[in-house]
Amino acid sequence: MSVLPYLVAGWLFLVGCYGLATSRNLIHAVGSLAVCQASTYVLLLAVGYRHGGTAPVFSDIRPGSRPVVDPVVQALTLTDVVVGATLTALLLALVVQVSKRHGTVDPDELRELRG
Amino acid sequence: MTAAQALPVLVAGPLLGAAVLVATGRWLPRYVADVFAAVVAGAAAALAVGVLVATADGATPVEWVGGRRPRDGAGVGIVLVGDGIGLGLTALVSVLVVTALIYSWRFFDDPPSHQTGAFPALILAFQAAMCGFTLTGDLFNAFVFFELMGVVAYALTGYRVEEARAVQGALTFGFLNSLGGYAILLGVGLLYAHTGQLGLAQIGQHLDAGGERSGALVKVAFVLVATGFLVKAAAVPFHFWLPDAHTVAPTPVCMLLSGVMVQLGVYGVARLYWTVFAGSGALPEEAVHRALLALGVLTAVTGALLCWLQRHVKRLLAFSTIAHTGLFLVALAVLTPEAVSGTALYVLGHAGVKAALFACAGILVDRFGSVDEQELHGRGTRLRPVGVLFTVGGLALAGLPPFGTGLGKALSEEAAGGWPTVLFVAVSAATGGAVLRVAGGVFFGLGSPPADEDRPHATGRHRQDGAEAHEDAETTGADEPEETRERVTRAPDTMFAAAAALLAAGLAVGCVPPLWSAVSRAADSFTDHSGYAMTVLHATEQHLPHSPVPHWSPAGVALGLASAALAAAGAWGALRTVPSGVRPGWSLPLRRLHSGHAGDYVACAVAGLTLLAALVW
Repeated sequence: MSVLPYLVAGWLFLVGCYGLATSRNLIHAVGSLAVCQASTYVLLLAVGYRHGGTAPVFSDIRPGSRPVVDPVVQALTLTDVVVGATLTALLLALVVQVSKRHGTVDPDELRELRG
Repeated sequence: MTAAQALPVLVAGPLLGAAVLVATGRWLPRYVADVFAAVVAGAAAALAVGVLVATADGATPVEWVGGRRPRDGAGVGIVLVGDGIGLGLTALVSVLVVTALIYSWRFFDDPPSHQTGAFPALILAFQAAMCGFTLTGDLFNAFVFFELMGVVAYALTGYRVEEARAVQGALTFGFLNSLGGYAILLGVGLLYAHTGQLGLAQIGQHLDAGGERSGALVKVAFVLVATGFLVKAAAVPFHFWLPDAHTVAPTPVCMLLSGVMVQLGVYGVARLYWTVFAGSGALPEEAVHRALLALGVLTAVTGALLCWLQRHVKRLLAFSTIAHTGLFLVALAVLTPEAVSGTALYVLGHAGVKAALFACAGILVDRFGSVDEQELHGRGTRLRPVGVLFTVGGLALAGLPPFGTGLGKALSEEAAGGWPTVLFVAVSAATGGAVLRVAGGVFFGLGSPPADEDRPHATGRHRQDGAEAHEDAETTGADEPEETRERVTRAPDTMFAAAAALLAAGLAVGCVPPLWSAVSRAADSFTDHSGYAMTVLHATEQHLPHSPVPHWSPAGVALGLASAALAAAGAWGALRTVPSGVRPGWSLPLRRLHSGHAGDYVACAVAGLTLLAALVW
């Protein structure tokens, strides 16, 4: 088992957080959040990977004849993709409204809610 | 229908109701949509209470959806578990949703004709997500319900999309909570990699068998999942989304956010610890105790300070929620059944009192188009009944016996013992005192009115020229968007009745002994690590020795009275001596930290993640 995918997952999460923290544009910030989410895809798929395994679809292979990767994590990843799509759509819709109401998408200029 | 079969209905019912409203809302007159939503939510509430009463002395209902039971302790079926604390929270969620829906009847302007069903549909979806979160016995499903709860809450917070502040608050809320959700999923992934299981009970059993091996991995997984729940619980330094969201959200939504959703984050941490990690040698009890206590103290003190410093009434109440979350964490940190029953009663009482206070603040919005303490000084004198409710709510928040908050505070003090008692008294007195100060100034005209230049309308004109007018970091409550078509001349009956009923419910929690013993039994089984696994996986109940039934102790009553007196004295002192609007200079760094910038908040949350890891190690 390689450590590389786990390091990639950790790196993606941190770099996404860095992007969110330093973002100068809300659309970029929504993208950074999607990068954070990509770390969960990488982690889940890495967890289910088996060396020499194939896709867990049994239409053309006999069950038990060869190793398959874990289908559970793939189901989790698919659910995660759906959650992410919902979220990105909602956040982008809010960014559109921010742009209309504030005339800017720079978070540095949104300073009404303070203290 | 057996009790177990009722569990999926508690989640699916409101979700179906929401779907019906979304599909047909376009053609429905508003009152039909409102009544339909209230009936669906009310039916779910009645069912939850019914199941709770039916199973009070019997077996814990466990439902494997679709009959997919685990074989030999392994499987991927989805399980719903209706234990006392979970079902109790479901009932609390449902009852609070019904009240919020009734409150909102008179609260909003007529929505645009093509989206009549939108608000009630969102509220029902919110109810379904929260009920699912409390009932699920599966960690991945907890993540899914967490995200659903989040997404619906962002939409509800930004419901008035025409408002500049509303969309900004919703966006901050969205960024932080989604990041917390992904931290949960990373933790779930690690736990699945380690144990090959997703159910809380199954993961717990595998960790028990593993002993102290892979201690680091288990700790990392705990830190990641707990971080997500603590973001929802608004523990400092993950709390920054909460005041912004409460400042801008419609009042019925604030009632749900502060009344129960935030507490579900605390519930998540407790559930996670006892079902998954309590039996494993990899995560010592002292580490969890240390982490919860440190975060709880930090949260309680920060929340109480900022609560006292606010002039925006809804924001003030939001910070008081943060302070109380800190107290819940401090109490839970003891990790005993007594601490859980104390916290549970505190949460119940707090839900009623806090929702009632928000309901009163919403009446101010409707009446005056403002929730700014200084602008409203002395203007609420004609809303005397609301003022009385608000004052009583402030005293209850401080822990006045016999309110449920007072009982919960007394029991938590007993469980925590020692110096935390001082913290409980001081923090609850500060939050209650801030509410009483608002009540005295706004509804009874006590204290000196603010000088003209402090009135936000005078500075409001400058604000349009640029942000410089507000260099002194604060959020005023002026220019609040009106939520009714005309400014109401007196409190509408449904709104006033909702506030009064909520406050009465908060009082009842402290006065009904059968409830106390039920909560105590629920806490016993909640903290039983191996008993949970036996119940869920093997459907066998263990009969535990019951903890003593909680009750009012003389010391608890005395400390409750002391906090209430301290709160009243503090409010009186503030009204008499400090000129309105003057805030101490030392508080500026703390206020500046709440910069309204989502990036800063994310940076603080990542620092909090590191802090939590350091505390657990």
